[in-house]
Amino acid sequence: MPAKPRLAVVKFASCDGCQLSLLSLEDELLRLAGKIEVAYFLEATSRIEPGPYDVVLVEGSITTADDATRIQQLRRAAKYLITIGACATAGGIQALKNWADSEEYLRAVYARPDYIRTLATSTAIADHVAVDFELRGCPINKHQLLEVLRSLLAGCQPRTPTYSVCVECKRRGSVCVMVAHGTPCLGPVTQAGCGAICPAYDRGCYGCFGPSDQPNLVPLTDHLRSIGMTPEQVVNSLRGFSGYAGEFRRESERLVESIGTIATGVGAAAVEPDVADSSGEWGDGQPGGDPK
Amino acid sequence: MAERETKPDPKGKSLPASDDGPGAAGWIAKSDFQSFLDRLVALGYRTIGPTLIQGAIGYDEIRQVDDLPKGWTEHQSAGSYRLVRRDDDAWFGFNLGPHSWKRYLFPPQQTVAKAIKRDDGWQLDDVEDAEPPFAFLGVRACELAAILVQDRVFLNEHHSDPIYRRRRENALLIAVNCTQAAETCFCTSMGTGPRCVVAFDLALTETELGFTVEIGSPRGASVLAGLPIREAAPAECAEAASARQQAEDQISKRLDTTDIRELLLGNLDHPQWDDVAERCLSCTNCTMVCPTCFCHSVEEVSDLDGGQVDRVRQWDSCFNARFSYMNGGLVRGDVRSRYRQWLTHKLAGWIDQFDTSGCVGCGRCITWCPVGIDLTAEVAAIREVPK
Amino acid sequence: MTPSANPVAVAANPWLARPATIESITREFTDVSTYHLRFADPEIDSAYRFRAGQFNMLYVPGVGEVAIGVSTGGPGRPTEDGPPTWDHTVRLAGQVTAALDRLGIGGSLGVRGPYGEPWPLDSCAGDEILLVAGGTGLASLRAAVYELLAHRDRFPRVRLLYGARTADGLLYTSEYDAWTAAGMEIDTTVDRGSPGWQGHVGVVTQLLTRLRPWDPERTSLWCCGPEVMMRFAVRAALARGLPKERVWVSMERNMQCAVGLCGHCQFGPEMICKSGPVYRFDRIERYLNVEGL
Repeated sequence: MPAKPRLAVVKFASCDGCQLSLLSLEDELLRLAGKIEVAYFLEATSRIEPGPYDVVLVEGSITTADDATRIQQLRRAAKYLITIGACATAGGIQALKNWADSEEYLRAVYARPDYIRTLATSTAIADHVAVDFELRGCPINKHQLLEVLRSLLAGCQPRTPTYSVCVECKRRGSVCVMVAHGTPCLGPVTQAGCGAICPAYDRGCYGCFGPSDQPNLVPLTDHLRSIGMTPEQVVNSLRGFSGYAGEFRRESERLVESIGTIATGVGAAAVEPDVADSSGEWGDGQPGGDPK
Repeated sequence: MAERETKPDPKGKSLPASDDGPGAAGWIAKSDFQSFLDRLVALGYRTIGPTLIQGAIGYDEIRQVDDLPKGWTEHQSAGSYRLVRRDDDAWFGFNLGPHSWKRYLFPPQQTVAKAIKRDDGWQLDDVEDAEPPFAFLGVRACELAAILVQDRVFLNEHHSDPIYRRRRENALLIAVNCTQAAETCFCTSMGTGPRCVVAFDLALTETELGFTVEIGSPRGASVLAGLPIREAAPAECAEAASARQQAEDQISKRLDTTDIRELLLGNLDHPQWDDVAERCLSCTNCTMVCPTCFCHSVEEVSDLDGGQVDRVRQWDSCFNARFSYMNGGLVRGDVRSRYRQWLTHKLAGWIDQFDTSGCVGCGRCITWCPVGIDLTAEVAAIREVPK
Repeated sequence: MTPSANPVAVAANPWLARPATIESITREFTDVSTYHLRFADPEIDSAYRFRAGQFNMLYVPGVGEVAIGVSTGGPGRPTEDGPPTWDHTVRLAGQVTAALDRLGIGGSLGVRGPYGEPWPLDSCAGDEILLVAGGTGLASLRAAVYELLAHRDRFPRVRLLYGARTADGLLYTSEYDAWTAAGMEIDTTVDRGSPGWQGHVGVVTQLLTRLRPWDPERTSLWCCGPEVMMRFAVRAALARGLPKERVWVSMERNMQCAVGLCGHCQFGPEMICKSGPVYRFDRIERYLNVEGL
């Protein structure tokens, strides 16, 4: 790595939220600016310098033929290519269309679908080019992003945890929402990194960071069904921001296969589990409301 | 189980418990209890005790008697905990929540050393733990036992953990006897409860109007000086004894510990390990809520220049795949080997390493397992058909 | 030696390492180097003692720690050009070893130790010692070699059977002549021959099976290498009548705190950093064949 590596931050199909994590580093950002040369970062500056780049942070998934070409060019211009966020690492929420009829989506969303050119799938960057490191999350965690940049500057491999959200949740002192409230939670099979935010606010984990290292999905989905979720709801909860990632995808597809057809058309994916109590939460999972 | 496995550390700091039979115990009215809490503050303690947190009874700072979960209890079973209203206003009318005292003696995240880059090389520094002394209010018998177990881990004969040592030595343990038991409790099998008999500074038993008070140490006695405490009346002692008996009578769960070390270490290839691997999420919850689990990792947290490094100790778990990383691979690369590691260490290996079982029968791992795996049932299954 | 006798190990905080410097580096082969270290504080450097078979934790701040056996030629044994350095033979395997590699001569790091149970020099006095090593496993035995050779009066016969994958994977070859001159019998073997290699080709177990003379009543076997190699070597020795109580092996797991507090190096009921790494075989035999322990 040169003394002042050149950085590019590049966007594909995404919401820009992960790029913003870089800007929200605030204090560290100024110190970072002294150590790296920002050569391409449209979210921060309109000044564009051509490649090659030492480090390219890639946000977003591949959803168009143009992007599929562009990522190849970018890979050639990048010494280290690092994907950031659920879109880039797993296809993002837009990967829902991978299980649906893309044409039907187009007709539902756009007045003039014939203006839109899109691939039938949304796929992770690593499905197209070699990726040097993947930083998960929706959005990514800014402290993890800093760890990645620090590691690169120090010339070593970034280290981010691969264990479950439960570890961070319990370190934080949060009460298990699944055990104490009956709230469905993907924490036991989801990779840590967010700081277990949702359970700290009595919500179940949505699986934003994708599958943890060697997750055991089947007993969890069995359990979710035993506390009152329908198979469709379990499938939809797995098909969130990182739904197309490895084990999450395999388990939701296994469930679909085991239960036969499932409503996966427009709108189906957005349906939250229906076991909710009157509070509007994912529910205490206790039909009838009896505490025991 | 052999007696040596559960008896308290003879080098422990506590004196033998006094009985609260007639004439031997003190009594403090609930109406005077705030003065007791105020006294702890005046003595410089930070009082930690049970309070409502996120729909459960957890441990946090207690300043007022109203911070206590008055009138609340819980229903516990494998994989389920529900906070429920009692039909009385008991202050300690519950058993155990998801927290344990280890979070204060062995914090989940703590900087344990620092490194600073100087011109002539690294300067490696110790850290000072500035935490004020804790007063733990509401320590149950199994939790006293758990603290004694962790003493053996962190204060072993060769090396002791300075942060644990300081916090432990400074901590005032105010025990509260259980007056009921949860479905998940099995302290009687582990010889750790329900009665508090060792390791406390003070032990309380709740009655309708107040608490009987047993003194377990000179420090406990000195804390009481000047408080409105009188000798307990025979009727109060009888009420306390009856309440404690109720806890004992309600315990239904059993773990047969007969020759358990050999049972487990002699059955490392038992098919039950495959069976539990089908159910276990390997999520770490059992180890995180366990009051004796001590596994940890130290992370290097450095600034952008790499010139200032904090070494941060964090709770880790044998259920994490990378925990057994060695030479580019995982020693325990599947759920089967990781569950087996946890259970055999807790109930068998611990005996070799620390001359005590690692289990105190609190049942937290049963309640807080999201899918309700019950270690007593796993042991029973292995005992049923040993290989 | 009791742990309290050691000025480095007695640090009240088990995580506190002592600053040290890489005085020189011996490149053993492509991915293995021996780092010759010295404590920055001369008082610590002169007071430091270890016993053959023990290990240190080498610490690169910001990256982490790695457990490495001390392979200096005997405690306090002066080298020709001055006091001893504290030698650690390291294979490039992960982040910390890669960082060590980048430090180079003069590099600053932290060292804490020594930890663990040593080779049984005392309890084996009078025995014929048979060292069996595989690959970089010899590093853990190097200090023992110097100890044994310095006390030939107590060890009537010292033999080394040493195997590596290839001839250029044999450690410390430049020292073999001196070891032989001091009375050690050395036999080496490689898994794969190469042009110029005129020695044995095959696994080290074969050397053990063919070893002559063989007196199982008077021999003690000390074994260090990959777990699978140790299993086969020990099995071969037992088949030739060596009692289990005269076999020692050095185990490896992920040592992190090195003082029995962190739980990473569990092996059955053992914590290798504390009750190992050197074990009498019969103590751990039942666990060696269990997958994923």
